[in-house]
Amino acid sequence: MAGGALGLRLLLLAALCGVAAALWPWPRSVQGSPRRYCLGPAAFAFRHHAGSAAQPGCDVLDAAFARYRRLLFGAGPWPPPSLSGQHHESKDMLVVTVATAECNEFPTLESLENYTLTIDDDQCLLTADTIWGALRGLETFSQLVWTSAEGTFFINKTTIEDFPRFPHRGLLLDTSRHYLPLSSILDTLDVMAYNKLNVFHWHLVDDPSFPYDSITFPELARKGSYNPVTHIYTAQDVKEIIEYARLRGIRVLAEFDTPGHTLSWGPGIPGLLTPCYSGSRPSGDFGPVNPILNSTYEFMSLFFLEISSVFPDFYLHLGGDEVDFTCWKSNPDIQAFMKKRGFDDFRQLESFYIQMLLDIISAYNKGYVVWQEVFDNKVKVRPDTIVQVWREEKPVTYMQEVELVTKAGFRALLSAPWYLNRITYGPDWKAMYNVEPLDFEGSPEQKALVIGGEACMWGEWVDSTNLVPRLWPRGGAVAERLWSSNLTTDLDFAYKRLSHFRCELLRFISLLPVVISTTL
Amino acid sequence: MEPRALGPPGLLALGVLGSLLALGAQAQLAAAGPEPALWPLPRAVQMSPRLLQLAPANFSIGHGPNSTAGPSCSLLQEAFRRYNEYIFGSYKMHQDLAKFQVGTQLQQLLVTIILESECNSFPSMSSDESYTLTVREPVASLKANKVWGALRGLETFSQLIYQDSYGTFTINEANIIDSPRFPHRGILIDTSRHYLPVKNILKTLDAMAFNKFNVLHWHIVDDQSFPYQSITFPELSNKGSYTLSHVYTPNDVSKVIEYARLRGIRVIPEFDTPGHTQSWGKGQKDLLTPCYKGQKQADSVGPINPMLNTTYTFLTMFFKEISKVFPDQLIHLGGDEVEFDCWASNPNIQNFMKKKGFGQDFTKLESFYVQKLLDIIASMNKGSIVWQEVFDNNNELQPGTIIQVWKLERYASELSQVTASGFPAILSAPWYLDLISYGEDWRKYYLVEPLNFQGSDKQKKLVLGGEACLWGEYVDATNLTPRLWPRASAVGERLWSDKTVRDLLGAYDRLSRHRCRMLRRGISAQPLFVGFCD
Repeated sequence: MAGGALGLRLLLLAALCGVAAALWPWPRSVQGSPRRYCLGPAAFAFRHHAGSAAQPGCDVLDAAFARYRRLLFGAGPWPPPSLSGQHHESKDMLVVTVATAECNEFPTLESLENYTLTIDDDQCLLTADTIWGALRGLETFSQLVWTSAEGTFFINKTTIEDFPRFPHRGLLLDTSRHYLPLSSILDTLDVMAYNKLNVFHWHLVDDPSFPYDSITFPELARKGSYNPVTHIYTAQDVKEIIEYARLRGIRVLAEFDTPGHTLSWGPGIPGLLTPCYSGSRPSGDFGPVNPILNSTYEFMSLFFLEISSVFPDFYLHLGGDEVDFTCWKSNPDIQAFMKKRGFDDFRQLESFYIQMLLDIISAYNKGYVVWQEVFDNKVKVRPDTIVQVWREEKPVTYMQEVELVTKAGFRALLSAPWYLNRITYGPDWKAMYNVEPLDFEGSPEQKALVIGGEACMWGEWVDSTNLVPRLWPRGGAVAERLWSSNLTTDLDFAYKRLSHFRCELLRFISLLPVVISTTL
Repeated sequence: MEPRALGPPGLLALGVLGSLLALGAQAQLAAAGPEPALWPLPRAVQMSPRLLQLAPANFSIGHGPNSTAGPSCSLLQEAFRRYNEYIFGSYKMHQDLAKFQVGTQLQQLLVTIILESECNSFPSMSSDESYTLTVREPVASLKANKVWGALRGLETFSQLIYQDSYGTFTINEANIIDSPRFPHRGILIDTSRHYLPVKNILKTLDAMAFNKFNVLHWHIVDDQSFPYQSITFPELSNKGSYTLSHVYTPNDVSKVIEYARLRGIRVIPEFDTPGHTQSWGKGQKDLLTPCYKGQKQADSVGPINPMLNTTYTFLTMFFKEISKVFPDQLIHLGGDEVEFDCWASNPNIQNFMKKKGFGQDFTKLESFYVQKLLDIIASMNKGSIVWQEVFDNNNELQPGTIIQVWKLERYASELSQVTASGFPAILSAPWYLDLISYGEDWRKYYLVEPLNFQGSDKQKKLVLGGEACLWGEYVDATNLTPRLWPRASAVGERLWSDKTVRDLLGAYDRLSRHRCRMLRRGISAQPLFVGFCD
């Protein structure tokens, strides 16, 4: 394709200008130049344009200005400007202007993130439709600044126009298999922002532990967490995470996975889980949420009422994956219920449960994301449901699954090729980078239904000791795939930039105190 | 979401097994409270149900009255202080508890060295690491022939102590008799592919001591960089290191060696030649073989040039320095993966081959080089370790040269051949920890039986031990520790404990708790599976 070849040539051209080496993810359009300006760290400031919709007091931008000043220049002291050699014009401010200021709001799936960055003789200007776009532009600006051997800060004459390819660019963390300290989560949010990822998918609870400290049902964490004092997320912790994410333009998508993956819910809510039977007697084990009791739905109504108000994002993730039918099958009450309802397939029972749950969530004016099994098992869902594709091969390949989901008119999120917890020897980021999310047979309308993807870091073998080096820079490969143009695919070019970016991350992360926590 | 139900049947089975184990471990933690988790498992352990309590303010570790070592033995003094810290460490605030305790107390651990202590020596392959530990009210006794055994016994003693559900430090009365199965239990780190800061190396030595490892195999230089700062040839690191701040100064090196000595760990440096030497060429002109493209000299260089006298003059001076800087009796000379293409391309080498009557057999040229090098090392009264190719290529070797087996294919038969030829062997092939995979790969490291090869008893005795290798292509300070621990711990137990200690269920339980203990001691060891540390 001609466009592809041209795109590649432009990329390589930009690479030669040196500027490019530092950019990750690669913007839509970059015009670099060897002309450079120096930045005086003591004097340099970020300023709101007089005509900007955001002015001082816009906390998202004010906090970002402070953050990026620190990331760019540290706390000083700085060497005096080098007097030797040629004189460079200096820039002492970046002016930021936005068209609308949603300073006290939360980013959404619909938030615009486009921006334009112009660094030339006349101006040093960042323009964006929204503060969220301004955040992305500030990150790019910070990646353009470089330091000479003498310690002088420079930025080259550059024009960048940029916008994301997909609106949903997520990272999943699992805090149930292993508890992750608050600091690990906050650090991850920082690095997500450096990668322009914008959704933190928080898989809060699962079979092994229930660390979410519910206000309505405190017994859930008291009985279901690893340690009800040290291994929980209090209401305050959750608030802090949501606000920290908001300030970085990141949505928090909370997942409370049911009806399977719920063993840890059981101790706190007696009667919630299905008692499994061994022959004619209860075996003492429990299975998925019990779908035949009214009390189940009363609990879910109350529980999700809390969740809907604690998590401001329009979407909740309701899980719905890997429901194991053996326990339901073993239980005579369930069998009787099935007969009464005329169900001959346990998928109908699952469907029954999920529809009840979806009705509850809809009543709270929330949208929802579900794992692909809900779609595969033909559960009737609302047309605006988002289906997350995670299975690589079965029942069909993940690209075929995306095709089917979008053909049915549902929006899709891709995760199958991006399970970061799975490790192999060598540079496995390349395979993740090479994935093309729209590489399936389908109409333009279908392709438009792919709203993005998520890198997933499941926690079976991951806790705060190994999270950071397993996430980064591998997660960066997914981030660029979801942000940059589909023509940005050159592996050598990516390798150069990603290596550079990794070293930048090391600097950032060591600037921030915690890399790896040794006390749990 | 997480592929619990996915993947090949083998993986599925492992997953299910893993879950069962995890449940078991949790149940036990919940029901029985913490118990001592010994890792690696000692030879003989007799535990009595009788419990003793330790009060941090009222417990001390000291020298036994008949010990040949006393307060002047700083190796032991330092160890006493260290283990006091490991045992009570972050729990200092509980000191007052002592006043309220009523049970029987353990007040002291007395450490007695029976023979000449070797307090100021360096450990060696023949160092005696055996010890006996008797825990009785009111004074426990640790006896060892040498300080090296005392260090191992202190580690075991610290592993016996746990906090009961009220936070009281508790120990069972016990008798332990222990000694290692193999004398050479090593970890290889690679500081050439990525530089490792000294503090990360010291941390690694700490963790090694927790696992009773006793050899740091320091693969210090390679193609990519030459971080060793030589006194005799400073240009080697000036030109060959990544940057001038990515070097190990003489002071750094002696710090590592002393830190290791205090923990009973030998430091064996590897200066791999004649291949893997690209970084040497930058600081030492004419050391490497110029490669040719047709009739013309190309830009590239190959292995060390084996036909020049200057090469051997250089090596003599260089290894003279190395043999002084590193006190261990052994030097690792590498010798792996020598590429013959460059030698073959070079007309001068071709002539030299002809003159020597080597024909086209470059293994003979390699052998020529290696023998000269081994002679140099022998003249300095040092012994040599080499990678298996040196043996495979039919080099004539001095008796006693140690062969390190690293190739995974048919490593058992390689061990068999090496030992049949009368050479001592070190096994690494199944323990390349840099080769990561998803899930619980420690199990396969654990189940390796090093002596499971065809051979006489005499041959088996020639296996000195093994090494877990963490090559540095994809490893630096950001991921070193969680990639090494607790996976290397599996190798640690295999090399220390009796051959019959192979029960995976028990190992999982002990290793999970050992991992949490390492974490408490500041080692970011990664989790074995789902769960948590107290």
